[in-house]
Amino acid sequence: MFELLLNGFSVALSGLNIVLVFIGCFLGTVIGMLPGIGPINAIAILFPIVLQFELPPSSALIFFGGIFYGSQYGNSISSILLNVPGTSSAAVTCIDGNPLAKQGKAGPALAMSAVASFSGGTLSIFMLIFFAPYLSKLAIDFGPAEYFVLMVCAFTALTGFSQGSFIKAMFSAFLGLAIATVGIDELSFGGMRRFTFGIRELGDGIDFIVVVIGVFAVGELMLFLSDFASDKSQKIVPLNKVLLSFKEIKESAAGILRSCVTGFLVGVLPGAGATIASFLAYNTEKKLAGSKGKFGRGDLRGVAAPESANNSSAVGSFIPLLVLGVPGSETTAVMLAALITLGVTPGPTMLVDQPDMFWGVAASMFLGNLVLIILNLPMVRVLAKILLVPRWILMPLIAMLSIVGVYVINGSEFDLILMLIFGVVGFIMRKTGFPLAPLVLGLVLGGLIEVNFRRALTYSYGDYSTFYESPISIGLWVITFASLLVPLIFRFIKKQRQ
Amino acid sequence: MKKLSVCVFIVFSMISFVMITPTWSGQKKPSGCECLAPAGAGGGWDFTCRVPAAQLMQKLDLIDGAMKVVNMSGSGGGKAFAHVVTSRNTDESLIVAASAATATRLAQKVYGDYKADDVRWVGALGMDYGVVVVGKDAPYKTLDDLVNQLKSDPRKAPIVGASSVGGWDHIKMLLVAKEAGIKNLRSINYIPFDNGGKALLEVVSGRAAAFTGDTSEIIGQLNAGEVRVLAVLSDNPVPALGDAKTAKSQGYNVIGGNWRAFYAPAGISDDAYGFWVSAVKAVAGSPEWTELREKNGLAEFTSFGKDFDTFVRKQIENVASISRELNIIK
Repeated sequence: MFELLLNGFSVALSGLNIVLVFIGCFLGTVIGMLPGIGPINAIAILFPIVLQFELPPSSALIFFGGIFYGSQYGNSISSILLNVPGTSSAAVTCIDGNPLAKQGKAGPALAMSAVASFSGGTLSIFMLIFFAPYLSKLAIDFGPAEYFVLMVCAFTALTGFSQGSFIKAMFSAFLGLAIATVGIDELSFGGMRRFTFGIRELGDGIDFIVVVIGVFAVGELMLFLSDFASDKSQKIVPLNKVLLSFKEIKESAAGILRSCVTGFLVGVLPGAGATIASFLAYNTEKKLAGSKGKFGRGDLRGVAAPESANNSSAVGSFIPLLVLGVPGSETTAVMLAALITLGVTPGPTMLVDQPDMFWGVAASMFLGNLVLIILNLPMVRVLAKILLVPRWILMPLIAMLSIVGVYVINGSEFDLILMLIFGVVGFIMRKTGFPLAPLVLGLVLGGLIEVNFRRALTYSYGDYSTFYESPISIGLWVITFASLLVPLIFRFIKKQRQ
Repeated sequence: MKKLSVCVFIVFSMISFVMITPTWSGQKKPSGCECLAPAGAGGGWDFTCRVPAAQLMQKLDLIDGAMKVVNMSGSGGGKAFAHVVTSRNTDESLIVAASAATATRLAQKVYGDYKADDVRWVGALGMDYGVVVVGKDAPYKTLDDLVNQLKSDPRKAPIVGASSVGGWDHIKMLLVAKEAGIKNLRSINYIPFDNGGKALLEVVSGRAAAFTGDTSEIIGQLNAGEVRVLAVLSDNPVPALGDAKTAKSQGYNVIGGNWRAFYAPAGISDDAYGFWVSAVKAVAGSPEWTELREKNGLAEFTSFGKDFDTFVRKQIENVASISRELNIIK
């Protein structure tokens, strides 16, 4: 195996590939940072260029990989600074990241996000190298029933919201679920059109990015405008502190480690993804911190957990892609489609036929993560100063990016109208104190939870016992109930003591 | 100001000159060509535009300059179809990627009221033949075994595929079932997945009895020894599948696959249509295409011009008839 890894390094360190790792990581950071243009679109846009240059498949994958995990570094930057997630998997990072920035601690938050991303990313490469063949078995064993239970488990992340706003969080999540039902139902004969109101464009469903940009970015813009109109001039937050202390890193270390493992395992499953990983990790850390934490009001651990998880999930999603030839996320689906066009046969033979691909990519990730931390840490000082830029300059920029980012998905004007509608929804939610992150969770889980529920019941002809037949499902139910009950039990014991 | 208006005049006259230039007069090669891929980058339609059209037509010197590839996703190709019919109907420099999915959706009225007549069918240059596949430990050795199970107790034989319920993968399986004399086609338990790879994992794990899909989707798992091919829906055995038997040789006369083809707008001149037919023919006959086609797991299949038009209409009629039986359309 060391021989293979060394060979992988010789692939990753060849002239062309080094350059591709650098460009990929840099582009990835920028793309992740900009709300709107995510890694999926970036790869789709860059693919024709890769085809033009006739890059070998391993180089193409190294390049796309750099963009993908690079974007998981960059995506927290706008979450922290602007309360607008760069990609959907950074929606959770807003919860604690933005309050930190508002307290003048943007510097430490950004630095923590970089450190957590680096740790999560790097540790998960080791897991990728050592456990890939075993973990691919897990991906095969996960059927529709197991996915359904996993999604239920992810849903308990909602209880992570404090009691007062729990009802609001539920409402927000259900709104997400509702939006996810729009479109043609692929599981019904003849494709039933649900909630499309006769509008042809709604048949494809509502694109995830359109909603996220709408509620977060456009909603934030409207909030700014309304504050501006009522002359509540936003005061500029002073930067109290720029550096991250060693003590703060130490406090978050255990959380980063746990989140890395969670994120990786969720990433390995084709059909879950980085967004679910970051929610699960955040929820776990919040529950473990108990009342001692300042989660939700600006806790560095609340930034560390999702960032570690979404990076390791990105790495984990390469396992089904490279070992089974099955895409583990929307981003890896685009990568696989590109590889097929480049002449790669998808399937388990990829590991044997193209060892350069697996080992080259794994080795390039070590390099990429180094590049990213070197790139990102010094940028913290500069980036934190973005907050000093007057909002009337910043906001039009966000507006422009949002419009471009949404338009680029399908080239559809209709999506822009939808974005505005969701902007109004986001604005109202913010004004009335509804949290936005659960909406993203509902949106991500909505389609998956329904489709897997129906697939499982189609298999079993309506027999519900299918949901607790396998050891995996039972294990997931145990985790689900533990996550719901343990905090209650703790609270009860505490009350008894008093 | 005067300078500016002169500049504008020059630019406009250049543009109109380019536009007026008869691109179809005699031997002159057309320029400024465009291939419309009705889906995003990566995947079948995108491949059809980028490789045989853009890459090879330029390489083989059939067109002047580069061919632009435009991706327009939406409504399973319906957005692009509507765009071509309503706003590009006389654009002679445009071709559009198509496949069996296009015909299926036209037959099932997924594209609204648009019909096969609304465009001109140019030609096909490759085929991804349909396959029926089981896991390596599955009890079914032949297509008969699977069909018998479907006849006696379809509950024990869930079928998976990548198309939606009633989509092309599902219909291929139903064509086999119909040929086998199964009356209640709805009794067959079909479960759709997001893509061929994920659906195939269902037979590898043993959760599903069989997978219905295309050759290119299974080569990897087949070579790894994880799955067996019960039947390929082609006239002759497909080299990429080794000694896999055709459905025909097992007594089921079902031919089906995902062909890769092009259509052009309906309002173009016969000269322009003739040019595109000959260009696709030239690509299909080139050794460069043979190599790229095989690399992408496509079998040999060609059909051009009038023949292809008849072929598409026949397929649409077949799909429409089985869809009526299934009550998908009236």
